[in-house]
Formats: sequence, C-alpha cells, structure tokens
Amino acid sequence: MGGAFWALLKRDMLLAFRRRADWLNPLVFFVIVVTLFPLGIGPDPGLLRDIAPGVLWVAALLATLLALDGLFRSDFDDGSLEQLLLSPQPLSVLVLAKVLAHWLVTGLPLLLLSPLLAVVMQLQVVAIPVLLVSLLVGTLTLSLVGAIGAALTVGLQRGGVLLALLVLPLFIPVLIFGSSSVIAAASGFAVDAQLYLLGALFLLALVLAPPAIAAALRISTE
Amino acid sequence: MFQWFHRLAASKNFYRLAEILGPLFGVLGAILLTLGVYRGLFVAPTDYEQGESYRIIYVHVPSAWMSMFVYMVMAFCSALFLIWKMKLADIIAEVSAPMGAAFTFLALATGSLWGKPMWGTWWEWDARLTSELILLFLYIGYMALRASIDNRGSAARAAAILALVGVVNIPIIHYSVEWWNTLHQPASITKFDTPSIHISMLVPLLMMALGFTFFYFTNMLSRARSVILEREANNNWVKDRFRENRL
Amino acid sequence: MTEFLAMGGYAAYVWPSFGLTFIVMVTIQLSTFSRRRKAIAAVRRQHAVNTQKNQQAGTGESV
Repeated sequence: MGGAFWALLKRDMLLAFRRRADWLNPLVFFVIVVTLFPLGIGPDPGLLRDIAPGVLWVAALLATLLALDGLFRSDFDDGSLEQLLLSPQPLSVLVLAKVLAHWLVTGLPLLLLSPLLAVVMQLQVVAIPVLLVSLLVGTLTLSLVGAIGAALTVGLQRGGVLLALLVLPLFIPVLIFGSSSVIAAASGFAVDAQLYLLGALFLLALVLAPPAIAAALRISTE
Repeated sequence: MFQWFHRLAASKNFYRLAEILGPLFGVLGAILLTLGVYRGLFVAPTDYEQGESYRIIYVHVPSAWMSMFVYMVMAFCSALFLIWKMKLADIIAEVSAPMGAAFTFLALATGSLWGKPMWGTWWEWDARLTSELILLFLYIGYMALRASIDNRGSAARAAAILALVGVVNIPIIHYSVEWWNTLHQPASITKFDTPSIHISMLVPLLMMALGFTFFYFTNMLSRARSVILEREANNNWVKDRFRENRL
Repeated sequence: MTEFLAMGGYAAYVWPSFGLTFIVMVTIQLSTFSRRRKAIAAVRRQHAVNTQKNQQAGTGESV
C-alpha cells in the first residue's frame, strides 16, 4: 500500500513538472492578483498593510482553486484515471497520493513565493512566519476539500466555473482562520487558537476528504 | 421496522401515503399560517425595544429555520440514497433543493429588511445573515451540479455526495463565521436574539414555524409524486390509476 | 386601521417582509401545481403512445 502511494506520488510529480503550465500558471496568477490590489486602491503603505493578510490569503485561495481544475483532468482525458480506479489498492490512499503530489507541485511554490508578496504588500516582517505556517496547513486543507469538487466535475464540459461554485463556500472556514492568524500576528497577538483550529480543519479534511474524493471519482468515470 | 421502511420506499406505496398526507398537511399548514399571521400582527404586543419592527420575526425566523431544516432533509435523504440506493430519497432531495433555496433567500431578504431599521443599513455582516448567505451558495451549487450532469443516475449520486460534504461543513462554516464576527465586532450583540421572549409573542412564532414546515412538506410530497408519475408512466400501477382517473 | 398599517413607523420594512414572504410562498405553490399538471400530461401522452402501439400491433387489447 505504501509502495503504491509513493510510486503514484512520484509519477504524478514527474508528469506535473513536465506540464509546466499546470504549476506555473497558478503561481503567476497569484502574483498578478496580489499586484492588482495596490493598483486598484492606491499605494498607501498603511492601507496595504491593513489589508495584506486578507489579500494574500484570498489570492492564495483563488490560485489553489485555479490549480485544482487540472488535478484529475489530464488523467481523465487519457484514461489513466480509470486504470487507477481498477487498481487493487484502496482508492482513498491513491487519491491522497494524487492530492499530495498536486499540492507539492502547485501549493508549495505558492507558499515559497508568499513572503515576497508579503513584503510587496507591506506586511510586518513578524507576521511572515505565521503567514507561512497558516498557508502551509491551509492550502493543504484547501487542496483536500477542493479535490472533492474537482472529482465531481472532472467529466463535465466547462467544469471550471462549476468547481468554483461548489468549493468556494467550503473554503470559507480556512480563509477565516488563516487570514485572522496573520492579522493577529501582525498586531502582536497570540495566534495559537487560529493555528490549532487550522490544524483541526486539516486533520478533519485528511480523514474525511479521501473517501469522498474516491466516491466522487467513481461516479464521474462511470 | 426496516421492512416497513422498504415497503414505503416502493413508489406505489409512497404515492398512496403522500396522496393522503399531502392535502392533510396543506390544510394544517394553511390554518397555522393564517392563525400565526393574525396573532403575530394583531394579538402579539409591541416590543418595547424594537417597536413594531420586531414583527418581521414572524417571517424571518421561520424562513431561517426552514432553510436549515430543508438542507438537513436533503442530507438525510442523500445518505439514505447512497447507502440503500433508495430512489425515493433522491427524488425528495431533488425536489427539496429549490424550496430550500427559496427559504434561504427569504431569510436573507427579510433579515435585510429587519436590519435596516435596527442597524441603519441594508446589509450588516452579522454572523447569522452571513451564514445564510453561504447556505444560499451551497444550495445554488447543489442545484448547478445536478443540472450540469446529463446522466440521471450520476447526477443523483454526485449531488448526494455534495449534499453530505455540505452538511459536514455547515457547522464548521457556522462556527467559523461566528468566531470571525465576534473577532471583528466585539461590541455588537446579535440583535436577532430575543433573550426573554414573551409567551404571547412566542406562540405565533411557533405557529408560523410549524405552518412553514407543513407548507414545505405538502409541496415536497406533491412534487415527489409528480416526479414519480413521470418516471413510472409506463408502470402498471400508474396505468391503472390513469384509467380509473385518480392520479 | 391607519395606525395598524403604519406599524409604528416601520411600515416600509414590515409590509415588504410579509409581502415578499407571501409572494415567494405563492410562487412555490403555483410551481408545485404546474409541476403536477406537467406530470399528468406526461402520463396521458405515454398512455396515448401505448394505445397507438397496441392498435398497430393489432392485439385488439383495449388499454
């Protein structure tokens, strides 16, 4: 079981790296969305600092959403998704490998780029570690929850907009706890509560999402 | 118990039961709603803090209750459908969704109309209104997913999964929104909470809530019957009923 | 009566709330009725198709 998990993880990462648009586009999207805010509301550093946690988090959330659309798409198109469903390994474990691979290729670069954008948005330097931790746990949760929506819409024409409609409401708790942890850190308050809650959401998603993704994939491929 | 349940799930038996219960609930609902509106508008005393504006409670709170209740019905039916493949449960979930969305819309609209005199603004990011808004998104997503899958069986199962994912998330969303609300407005109290509501105010509220529930059930049963008729138009019991002119 | 309609100055909020609720509930009820009419029409159509088929097959069975 573990062997299949790692094999699939490696395969997916290799494939994803080769399809550069898959991981590069969400990243560029993240940068551009954040850049739009100072242009839209003015370069006042105080104002930017105030809205930085929310802007960074919303932009990261949208970039994750954008990346999710391709999570199962290519495997669905070339038929390897059906192969996966026929595999004797438990499907929940396999989809977990796919989601993790997808996050490593699309979520991790996002995370690494976020301090740069935090500086651009005038966010206090003390809040940057909290931003990183909250984005780490948060985008993992978003990937797990969003993968349910991606699995439900993978067989559909124009599934992208529908995917956004299905999963954005489910992203709200992560957004609330994530951005508020950064706000608290920037104001010098304790952030444990927010981070624990984010961790709890992650664990919940880790347990509940894989079976739901597996069930959704079975429906979409029949 | 389980056998009884299975017999009920047969569309023919459900149809017969719904035929009796539907009109009965309709009459009960109409009586309760009439009484509730009458007592709510004429009998219940004026609130000493909010004046007459509090009377919006008699349509706002029942709508908000129904918006949650209908989602619970949908989620429960979705579970029945996924576990025991009860087609009837899927039909109930399908016909409930638009009504649930309508109640959610009502809760939002009346909440906004109540908010204007209370807060001085049409929209306040109050925890309960915000939760209702997100609930409306969940309903819309459910209906959109159902509408975009052509195969009826796949659409039913995909929608059922989404409803279950939604129902797990509703308490989390609700909690997070409340938390967010208290964080950003520590001074504000939820104005929709009526801490010690007088009995003469409470009775019409309960009548309205029950009336709304009966109203939902009678409509849900009738719509479920219509879906069953369409799907089973070729079955013998439908043909028999058609010939006897008692569809 | 005028005093009742004025709702203590809150008429502009109370009456639209009740009116909107009324409209939405009537709409739900009407759409339920039209759904039922549609379903009965579908059964009738199906019945007509079946009768025609039986006649063509010459079974003589009057369904």
